[in-house]
Amino acid sequence: MGVIFLKRTGVMLSEQARTKIIESRDSYPDRRSAVMPALYVVQEEDGRLTDEGMGEVAKLLEMPYSDVVGVATFYSMYFERPVGRYVLDVCKTLSCALLGAESLVEHLSRKLGIKVGETTPDGLFTLRTVECLGACGKAPVMMVGDTYYEDLTPEKLDGIIESLRREAQG
Amino acid sequence: MQIVFKHIDVPDIDQIDVYLREGGYKALERTVKDMHPEEIIDVVSKSGLRGRGGAGFPTGKKWAFIPKDPSLAKYLCCNADESEPGTFKDRELMLRNPHQLIEGMAICCRAIGAKRAFIYVRGEFTQPIKTLNKALSEAYAKGFLGHGIFESDTDIDIQIHRGAGAYICGEESALLNSLAGVRGEPRFRPPFPAIKGIYDSPTVINNVETLANVPHIINNGPDWFRSVGTEKSPGTKVFCVSGHVNRPGNYELPMGVTARALIFEHAGGVLDGKNLKAFIPGGSSVPMLTEESLDVALDFEALMAAGSMLGSAGFMVLNEDTCIVRATLNMARFYGHESCGKCTPCREGTGWMVDMLESIEDGAGKIGYIDRLVDVANSINGRSFCGLGDASAAPILSSIKHFREEYETHVRERGCPFKGDAGFALREAGGGAGG
Repeated sequence: MGVIFLKRTGVMLSEQARTKIIESRDSYPDRRSAVMPALYVVQEEDGRLTDEGMGEVAKLLEMPYSDVVGVATFYSMYFERPVGRYVLDVCKTLSCALLGAESLVEHLSRKLGIKVGETTPDGLFTLRTVECLGACGKAPVMMVGDTYYEDLTPEKLDGIIESLRREAQG
Repeated sequence: MQIVFKHIDVPDIDQIDVYLREGGYKALERTVKDMHPEEIIDVVSKSGLRGRGGAGFPTGKKWAFIPKDPSLAKYLCCNADESEPGTFKDRELMLRNPHQLIEGMAICCRAIGAKRAFIYVRGEFTQPIKTLNKALSEAYAKGFLGHGIFESDTDIDIQIHRGAGAYICGEESALLNSLAGVRGEPRFRPPFPAIKGIYDSPTVINNVETLANVPHIINNGPDWFRSVGTEKSPGTKVFCVSGHVNRPGNYELPMGVTARALIFEHAGGVLDGKNLKAFIPGGSSVPMLTEESLDVALDFEALMAAGSMLGSAGFMVLNEDTCIVRATLNMARFYGHESCGKCTPCREGTGWMVDMLESIEDGAGKIGYIDRLVDVANSINGRSFCGLGDASAAPILSSIKHFREEYETHVRERGCPFKGDAGFALREAGGGAGG
């Protein structure tokens, strides 16, 4: 829940993205239910929730723009500001904390030279701490995009960062 | 006896052919072809199955609340928002055996006369969503879902709705708002979801584990289900053990197993042979207990009598090195972050509690803060629309009840008496006895 930064990008959604939103809209008994899936479509396309993207969602779902922003700002997985290519979401809740999550965050912070909430200058990594990811049996845990990394150690983290860097180059 | 984890070790059980080979979808076929909806509800009621999401409400009763009027649209929402700290069973149930959940959902739809169902999955669970999507396609292709299933006149459609990171959306009325496309804040009740749920229509909301039990109850009957567990809490429960134990993980055990057996027999004992300091039996929203409660049976009634709750069975273990103020602060920050801001006592109170706990932990606390924490927690308790407020009070009140002295030491010694990262250290670092 943060502030929406009014930054104009001038980019409109692609035809493909619009089609996805319309399909989603028509799959629900009520079109408003499609606002969350639609916001994901915008984020996938623009890398975050742009004003223009949210404006199009409002139009396509026939709901007030302010309602779209209201939904967007309620959740932690929608990005209101630009983020790095890889968002490192390290769990900080109790089960992970009991097994050293804070040390892992410090390790990443030192290694990447950024504080929690910041993005590396090369635009590759954003470091965040998040609340319980629901994988406490394999704590400490981190989520990067669609992938959960479990039973983490500083050494494992080093390997993950290296392989993501290689992936970004290749 | 394993029920929902019965097939956990069967390779490729997530594929429909394997699931069918193991007797899958037989229960659904029976309920469609040979059972009247009332009869299904009756079997589930007699089994004594209670909701596995936290509240423990009798499932059959919940289904029976749905009006029978055939002209009304009815819905089922499966709550797969699993976000109670320490809980990780639904993720495994969806990843390993998605068809078991789909079959349970379809049976519920048939029982309550719902043609549409949703699975509200938390946004982070992209892998379970992929697994479920594939399983749904398979079920549609076989004619187990969709129009006229099993060549009957029953239509059932199941759709996934992905959340986007908000603990509150696991609360059923907030979940309904989130699905309806408005901010995920809780609703005032009454009306209850059984009368006015999603799209103002009668709606059943059931947890993943609850629904996963249903096909087995239909197949084996209520008496079989009642043969495990206790009189008032029949069946098994998946206990999610995490924190300072040697073998963390999900353990499906009969309801009423003791905390001692769970920690020491199943989860391999306290990490590194340390002593137990406290355990939280049902996710961070329930009061913590100490060693003296180790022989309490883990079921709805016994835990209530012991001053805690079964909740989601997210069972967290804290060893003797753990600073209780730091652990409580961790949980307080969680509730402060996740409070949706709708109700003043919860919105303001959770922040105040974080501030006071930070002061105490960092050495700036005053002795009066301890009673003030109790006062604030009591002022939130029962004064919010949903359970998040009550939940935020539980760690504070229970930790002060059991460990007031440790709070006082923090204040007296102007900071945390525990050295270094003890109790919060990386496993490889060895836990560091005494720092």
